[in-house]
Amino acid sequence: MSIAALALLVLGLAALGFVLGRQRAVASVKGDRRALHSLPGYYGWYVALFTATPAYLLMVAWLILQPMLIAYQVTGMILPEDIADGSSRDLVMTDVRRISEGMDSFAASGMTEAEIVTLSEDPAALKTALEGVGVALGSDINPHVAAAAVTYRQDVALGRLWMSVVALALAVGGLVLSSRRVGPELRSRNSVERYVQVLLVSASMIAILTTAGIVFSLVFESVHFFQLYPAKDFFLSLTWTPKFGGGSDLGIWPLLWGTLYVSFIALLVAVPIGLMSAIYLSEYAGPKLRGMAKPALEVLAGIPSIVYGLFALLTVGPFLRDYFAQPLGLGDSSSSVMTAGIVMGVMLIPYVSSLSDDIINAVPQALRDGSYALGATQSETVRQVVLPAALPGIVGAVLMAASRAIGETMIVVLGAGAAAKLDLNPFEAMTTVTVKIVSQLTGDTEFASPETLVAFALGLTLFVFTLCLNIIALFIVRKYREQYE
Amino acid sequence: MTDLSQTAGPVGAAKAASLVVADARMLRRRATEKRFRLMGLMAVGVGMLALVVLLTSILGNGLPSFRQTAITMPVTLDEAVLDKSGTRDPAVMAKVTTLGYGKLIQAALEAELIARNVDTQGLTVKDIAGMISQEAPADLRALVLADPTLVGTTISFDALANGRVDGYFKGRVTMESAVDDGNISPEQLRVAQAMRDIGMINLVFNPGFFTKSDASELRPEAAGLGVAMLGSAYMMLIVLVLALPIGVAASVYLEEIAPKNRWTDIIEINIANLAAVPSIVYGILALALFINIIGLPQSAPIVGGLVLTLMTLPTIIIATRAALKAVPPSIRDAALGVGASKNQTIFHHVLPLAMPGILTGTILGLARALGESAPLLLIGMVAFVKDFPAAPPAGMFDPASALPVQVYSWTQRADPAFAERSSGAIIVLLVFLLSMNALAIILRRRFERRW
Repeated sequence: MSIAALALLVLGLAALGFVLGRQRAVASVKGDRRALHSLPGYYGWYVALFTATPAYLLMVAWLILQPMLIAYQVTGMILPEDIADGSSRDLVMTDVRRISEGMDSFAASGMTEAEIVTLSEDPAALKTALEGVGVALGSDINPHVAAAAVTYRQDVALGRLWMSVVALALAVGGLVLSSRRVGPELRSRNSVERYVQVLLVSASMIAILTTAGIVFSLVFESVHFFQLYPAKDFFLSLTWTPKFGGGSDLGIWPLLWGTLYVSFIALLVAVPIGLMSAIYLSEYAGPKLRGMAKPALEVLAGIPSIVYGLFALLTVGPFLRDYFAQPLGLGDSSSSVMTAGIVMGVMLIPYVSSLSDDIINAVPQALRDGSYALGATQSETVRQVVLPAALPGIVGAVLMAASRAIGETMIVVLGAGAAAKLDLNPFEAMTTVTVKIVSQLTGDTEFASPETLVAFALGLTLFVFTLCLNIIALFIVRKYREQYE
Repeated sequence: MTDLSQTAGPVGAAKAASLVVADARMLRRRATEKRFRLMGLMAVGVGMLALVVLLTSILGNGLPSFRQTAITMPVTLDEAVLDKSGTRDPAVMAKVTTLGYGKLIQAALEAELIARNVDTQGLTVKDIAGMISQEAPADLRALVLADPTLVGTTISFDALANGRVDGYFKGRVTMESAVDDGNISPEQLRVAQAMRDIGMINLVFNPGFFTKSDASELRPEAAGLGVAMLGSAYMMLIVLVLALPIGVAASVYLEEIAPKNRWTDIIEINIANLAAVPSIVYGILALALFINIIGLPQSAPIVGGLVLTLMTLPTIIIATRAALKAVPPSIRDAALGVGASKNQTIFHHVLPLAMPGILTGTILGLARALGESAPLLLIGMVAFVKDFPAAPPAGMFDPASALPVQVYSWTQRADPAFAERSSGAIIVLLVFLLSMNALAIILRRRFERRW
């Protein structure tokens, strides 16, 4: 029975349980609903939940555990000498799975199980037959692999059968047991509401689980990396030259330098422009300009970073190269720290501006009025009263912008270049931590070499960096914020 | 008298001056004021300018990709070549590969050039055939297999032109650049221009850009967004189905039910931090957890959908909590007062009232997820995918691409024709994003309630 059909069947049973539970509740008080503890619908839900939940939980657990157990058993059938040179156990297991899928299509085209087993004993015939259903294998089929495929297929079918039987038994059992408990005394509403609360709590747990997942996956693979590559070299070496043959230098400094340089330029663009436009829009602009400029800035904020990346690659990069870098003799690469920095700055303008706007608006009008009453001009009020009062919030906003700049990926992938170097010239192509995470993890990757695993160490560094910036920002905002009442 | 008026020298000096005629210091202060104001205006202007430059650059680069150069010619679909058996059975006719169709098109083009008196001096037969896209025979084959009755007739066929010929009419390829180009020669371009002059070559709207799948390096003219749009749609479906209920449930718990204790605090700080985690880190999580440990297939929409769900959750939770907070406590008190339970209060009264706000936040979260590319790069969505994924749910596990990732992979190709395509793809992406944002704004305007 397919999983979807089983799930639907259990759902059908649950629906039946709902109707049954409701009817039994009403019947148990001879139609006098006032005698029931809860509304009749709650009795229906009570039975339906007891029918569906255990069966679904079992199905989920089974679907997770079964492949692991079967893989464990079948892997044992493949002897070390069955694994060809340059191959690995995982690759052989992939073959096993593909052969068994091929056998499924034999069965679908009307072959009996006995015929499939006979066929599997003749590797050459099996290979031709498999090619007939579109499963092309690279090499000849080893008899052990064919046997493993047959066992694999049988195990999967057997597991599926047992899962269906047990899940249905649980559903029917739940249906019978819970509907027998239905009666005027049963506090079904309390049970149903507790169930709903458990659901709500587990939904909010997902946030915790995500964080835990991020931390564990990063730390686990980073530890793996540091076992293969000395941590001292990673943190102290000044060169980055990965070689997939081995013997690479994986120092983080050139990448960190590129990241910080690009972010610095981005902030140099974004902070003054964003802050000034926030000040102008909240202190000076009339409603007409504000009504136009604010949505435009919001549009800028809603544009995904790949768009900015393409803008850097196709427009800003060539422009900077042709009109600045080449005439000044500073280099002739269109991807450069400057390109990525400026475009990233443009991306951050709306972010800085909307954060500062909130903060400036939070400064009470009374402070401004007091300043005006002393004869200060508007700009003097802004610079000497509003900004100092808003300073902690603005520092927090800048730090949050910095953390976004450091974690930004697409703009630097398309605009900053791929060469890792420590250089001061902003028109030179440099690379960043995020670029290298992408380049080390895309394409054919093998999770055993330090050249791949280094991406996890880089990711961990990035995660810690941005997390610290955010926490400091939060801390500054909370600690130094003036509370105006 | 306060200290202020006594110590401030200039105030004393100002006493002599008139209130109407400003003194030097006042003029200076006014100048500063003006400068400051101007700086603010310039900052706003720079922001607007950036938006305008960005949009014009993308539109200028990308709009040409919606139109494609096509060579119109009559093609005789020879029965002897296409259907030797004469049965008109598509299954039998499928045995004729694109090679057979290619020869037909080539012959048709040569005949048409002679018939219309186009001077092809200096061009070999191969050069003439090279002006047609390598994808054209496949198009013709699909056309014939879809309608076998066409065999034996002569139809007017619009063959896609080669990417370089297309580039010539869009200004990307020039006579000068063709001299050094191995794929096109100035003579070919000259003939193409002659064909254009007599109306054989036209720039026509290119529906293939929206419906076809990606094409290889050598045939940029045939590359389309079909697989990418379908993959993005699958992922958005997963995000909507998972993120909306989970996000709403989590916010209801945190906003309405959770006791104010340390545990709740931890969850809240966690969510705030998750919203600030760089997107690439989510990609690493997906690679390590969904692909390496759970063993889901690479470049499948299910993995992309799951990781985008995790990324969107904080956004939806924050928006939903704001919407729940905006429902006044009197509603809850009234419901509780007439005997509703806590859950009934929430699900029958508070949630429906907060729904517009929740939907707005969800749409904005979806829009963000639609444009996200960094995590998808890590789960293998950059791979070249030629086949359309199957219908869901099985198709969720098939390889697919996504709109922003397709943009990225086209930028990595050498042929400048792909740069045009990626800008075109960006326009499609931006149209989707803009309509989602507009929908959110309309929802907010239409249903927003001030208490």
